[in-house]
Parts: sequence; structure tokens; C-alpha cells
Amino acid sequence: MSHFMSVLGLWMSVFFTFSIFSFLYKDNPFYKLAEQIFVGLSAAYWLVYLFYSIMLPNLFTKLISDFRGNIILLIPAVLGLMMLMRIIPKTQWLSRFPIAIMIGTSAGISMVRYAKSDLLSQISATMINPFAGETTSIVIGNFLLIIGTICGVYYFYFSKKQEGISAVPSKIGIWFLMISFGASFGYTVMARVSLLIGRLEFLLKDWLHIIN
Amino acid sequence: MKRNLPLFFAFFCGILVIVSEFIPHRPFSMLIDTLQNWFMIISGFAIILGQISLFQSNLSKIKQKESGWIFYLAGLLSFCLMLIVGLLWGTQETGGIFGHGLKLQASLGAKPFDYLFDFAYMPLSATMFSLLAFFIASAAYRAFIIRSFESNLLMITAVIVILGRTSFGGMLTAWVPESYKFWQLPNLSDFIMEFPNSAAQRAIMISAALGIIGSSLRIILGIERSYLGSDK
Amino acid sequence: MSVVNSSQTERRIVFLILLVAVALPLIFPIGWKTGVTNYTKMVWELVESTPDSSVVIFSFDYDPSTMTELQPMAEAMLDHAFSRHQKVLVTALWPQGMQMADQAIKVVKAYHPDITYGQDYVFMGYKVAGIVAIQAMGKDMEQVFPADQSGTKYKDIPMLREVKTLKDVAYVNSLSSGTPGIKEWVMAARDVYHTPVTGGTTAVSAPGLIPYVNSQKQLYGLLGGLKAASEYETLINRVGSATVKMDAQSVAHLLILLFIAAGNIKALRARKRRAS
Repeated sequence: MSHFMSVLGLWMSVFFTFSIFSFLYKDNPFYKLAEQIFVGLSAAYWLVYLFYSIMLPNLFTKLISDFRGNIILLIPAVLGLMMLMRIIPKTQWLSRFPIAIMIGTSAGISMVRYAKSDLLSQISATMINPFAGETTSIVIGNFLLIIGTICGVYYFYFSKKQEGISAVPSKIGIWFLMISFGASFGYTVMARVSLLIGRLEFLLKDWLHIIN
Repeated sequence: MKRNLPLFFAFFCGILVIVSEFIPHRPFSMLIDTLQNWFMIISGFAIILGQISLFQSNLSKIKQKESGWIFYLAGLLSFCLMLIVGLLWGTQETGGIFGHGLKLQASLGAKPFDYLFDFAYMPLSATMFSLLAFFIASAAYRAFIIRSFESNLLMITAVIVILGRTSFGGMLTAWVPESYKFWQLPNLSDFIMEFPNSAAQRAIMISAALGIIGSSLRIILGIERSYLGSDK
Repeated sequence: MSVVNSSQTERRIVFLILLVAVALPLIFPIGWKTGVTNYTKMVWELVESTPDSSVVIFSFDYDPSTMTELQPMAEAMLDHAFSRHQKVLVTALWPQGMQMADQAIKVVKAYHPDITYGQDYVFMGYKVAGIVAIQAMGKDMEQVFPADQSGTKYKDIPMLREVKTLKDVAYVNSLSSGTPGIKEWVMAARDVYHTPVTGGTTAVSAPGLIPYVNSQKQLYGLLGGLKAASEYETLINRVGSATVKMDAQSVAHLLILLFIAAGNIKALRARKRRAS
């Protein structure tokens, strides 16, 4: 029975793989079916894991095992239920309270974390001694790093019309951005091709047994 | 109360997070710990809300027999199936309402939830995203055209990186003498990634961080309040 | 109408050529070798230099859509960590991550049959809320992970007895394909609690994360895409699933370059025709 089910599962995988690939020819019912099944499975998957990994250990088990010790958890539980009130038009306004708490907390966290990691630390990492490199290429690279970062920020932040000498840093900033976008394109090609390789490997190895 | 109290909550939580960053002691440390734990639980409910609203939207499309309703029905059925088997027999090491379903596991080779994950969810997800390989190949042929100095820069970098990140790229320039090894494609590609790319990405990062700090402040101070929705 | 048809046909020919170009090297491997880059070596060095018996976190922040790139990294890094006798706390900021982790551990167990659950590794499950959950780990791990996936309480898990907060963890390894992922670990674990963070990501996300590999050591190296995974396999002397796929990857890259060249020649001709 187990063997039969794994063979059935394999054929199911093949069916779904070809259903999605069929979109390359044109949109068709097989693709639409596979797409909706994917959406359904994905949503349910998330819900099940959420229940077992968050709601159960962090809320329900704590409340059931030691209600008095964890009575404070009733507050987020009530706030959570208020969030669900959004489904009913008349009680929609109740969801504003938990949403406000989440948005306010997220805004506070984003502010301090981005200020530290993406602003201050990045500025510190740019303020390096360019001559400290071991080889000529690293020294040149260090200069490029400093010039590119300053010119890039200049391009983004001095958005008034730039003419003459004031336009030069912007222009250099654009060049650096173009180089980065080119590199990103190269990496994107790599990423997308890898995904295709994965699916072809499945078809050739697990299904057709052409490769080991 | 319906608008001002939530705005006060957002202000209070935002300020609390910021203050606790600078004064990481009691009572702020205790308050922030509590807030973080609550946040995780409320986030869980927020995800449930999202799934319920997806369910509702599909249900209404089926009820109104919109075009393609049969596909939405399939989506809804697969949602129910995955949810039910997940809750009844659990997943991986976690048992469900009926425990681990050992008999079912013996006949399926895995828990029903994991079986559906392995043979339906995984191929669907992986194949869906592998389609992008075809579209990027098509884009390379149809849209990656040299038009200006900037597009030239973009193209040259892309070519170096595409070649440099393969085994073939290394072989192609393996003849370059050791003293000029900087010009070997993999090294050139690494140099681009480490310096010019880093510089540009860092500029984006710094600029985006300034933007995020600004918009966070607007939310905390109650200037940005669109997340509350309308009063109607 | 005919222009649309010819464009459609052209597109389908491009698709077909790509399909064949990727399939052929998989069937007939070429065996091209790949060099090791600096960023990969940095990741390897962090794992290698971490003392035996240290508790480390492996965060599986991806789903099956990017498993071709990230699963080989996960397997190779787990293999390396277990060979150094490190104790792995497995968690995920993406719900699908736990299934990916389970599959990776099953593969690695073939090389390390002696590893036992609870002593050498533990599944702590998916955690919602990304950066907030990480910040909370910095204060009290037990609060975030009251129990493992099978329901065993945190304090009853042998390998976690000494681990109270993130500071007791030797390093965090995030295998991530988006948000939440490496960025959040850097922001909350490294920049707040000074726990070293390393990781692997999809090639598409790598350029944006590279600035974190800097003099501030916000990120210890970075594995970007399938090539980096194959480099890591080279470093641990294993021919893994990434290495065998690199031939197909290389051929596809060459093909994409040919497409770019053909597209430009076509555009140039069209421009000349218009000019004349």
C-alpha cells in the first residue's frame, strides 16, 4: 500500500509539474486548476503550522497548563479576537486597536533597527582607510566603494535639478547603480535557471530514472 | 474613541520600543518583553484573518458562479483537505487531534499532511517559480538591448557576472597569467560584487533606511493614519 | 496579427532551446570544476572555527520554490556543523522552512547516523513575526520557544540547558530567500546581541545582502545561489547535489549570453533597416 501511494504521489507531482509548465504554451484549464490548488494548499499549510508552532505553544498550552500564572496572555488573545472582528462590517472598528499596536510596534522597531543596521553601520563600513588594502585591486576597490556610496546617496537625495558641476556626482551615482543592476541581472539569471534545473532533475531522476 | 485611542496605542507602542532601546532596564525592558510576546500572538491572529478572508473571497466567487468558479472550488477543497488532515493527524513530530495516525502513516508512507506537502505543494511551488527561468531567457533575447552608455555598463557587468559565476567562466580565462589573475572572469566578477555593486547597494540601503525612519516617525506621531481605514 | 504570432513562436522557440540546454548536461554531465570564492570561505571558516559542542541556530527561512538553491547549502552546512560536533537548534521564520529542515536532516543523517534528537539537534518550529521574534530570543529563548515540535518543554531538552538567550548561541545561520530572513537576523541578532550571523541566500537576493559583509562584520560571509552551494561542497570534500547541477547551470548561462547577443544583432539590423 505504501509503495502504491508513493507511486501515486509521484504521478501527482508529475501531473502538477506539467500542468504548470503548460502555461508556457498558453493559459489553459490545467494551469488554472494547479494554480488554485496551490493557493488553497499554501493557505492551509500556513494555518496548520501557525496553530502548532505559535497558537498552541505560545498561547493555548500556557493558558491551559497554568491559567493563573499566564492570565496576562488573555490580553493578546482578546486583541487577536478583536482583529478577527474585521470580518464583520459592524464590528470592523474593533480591529483598529490590535492593528494600531502592531503598526506602532513595527514602526518603532523598524526605526531603531534600520537606523542602526542600514544607516549607521553602513556609513561606518564606508568610512574606511582606502589605502589599507593588501593589493592594488583592493585599494582601487576601496576607493570605488567610497565614491560609489557617496555618489549613489547624492543621486537619491539631491533631487533638485542638477546642472553643471553639481550633476557630476549624480551621473557617477547612476553609473554605479547601472553596474549593480547588471550584476543583479546576472545573479537573477543564475537564480531562475537553478529553479528550472531543480524541476528538470525531478522529472529526469525521480520520474523517468534517466539520471542517477 | 474609535480613531484617537488606536492612534494613542500606536504612539505608545512606538515610543516604548524606541525608549527601551536607550534605557534597556526595568520597567522598559519588562514592558518591551511583554509587548514582543503579545505581538507574536496577535500576528498569529492576523494571519488567521488573512486566511479567512481568502476563504470568504473564494466562497463568494463560487456562490456567484463567476467565470472560472470551478477552479476556485478546487482551491477551496484543497484548502479544506490540507487543513483537516493537518488538524486531525498533525505534521512531522507534532500530533493532531487523533494523534499521529500510525496506521495511515504506514499506508501512505508519511502523515497525510506531509504526503500532501511532498507530492502536491512542493512540486506546485517549485514549478511555479521555475517558470521564471523561461521568462528571463525570453527577456534576455527581447529586451536586453544596448541603447546608451548606461545600458552598455549594465550589459558589460551582466555578461562578466553571468560568465564569472559559472565553471565555464573560470576555464575561459584560466590561461591568464598568475600576475594578472585579477582579469580572470571569476575574480573580476567577485571584484564587481564586492566593490561597485556593494557601493550602489549600500547607497540604496542608506537611502531606503532614511525613508523608513521617516515613515516610521509619521506613523508613531499619528501623521500617517491610513492603516486605520475610513470611518464609514 | 502575424507579428503577434511570429513573436509568440519566437518566444516558444526560446523556451524550447532553454529546456533542451538545461536537460542535456543533466543527462550527460561534463564535469567542469568550480573555484571557491572569498565569501564562501568566510562562511566555512566561521563554522570551522566554532568550538565543539557549541549550540548554533540554523534558521530555514525559505520554501520549496527556492529549494534547488538553498537545500544543498543547508545539507552541506549541516554536514559541516555535525562533523564539528556542534549542536543545532533548528527553527524557521517561514512556515515551510520546517519541512525543508526535516528533509535536510534526513539527508545529512546518512553521513552522521549517530546524531540524536535532543542531544545534537532539535526542531523548535516555525516562529511568526520575524524580527520581533528574534529580538525576543535575545531576551529569553524559552519565552519564544516554550516547547519543541513534539511538545517537549524547553528546559527538558538536554542540548538547550545552557542556552538562555541568543548570546549563548555561537552563531546563527540563516538560509533565506526573502523577508524575514538574513536581513532580520543581522538587524536583531548581530547588531543588537552581537551574535555572529552567517548564511546563504538565493542568487537573486545576494547582491542586496553583500553590503552586510563588511568591516563591521555584520554578516560573516554569504553563500549566494547554487554556485556558492557547490563551492561549500568543495570545501567539505563532498560531491553534493549542487556540484552535479553546476554543468547545467553553466550551459544555461552561456545560452542566455547567446540570446542577449542574438537579440542585440536583431535590434541592430532593425535599426539599420529603419535608417535606410
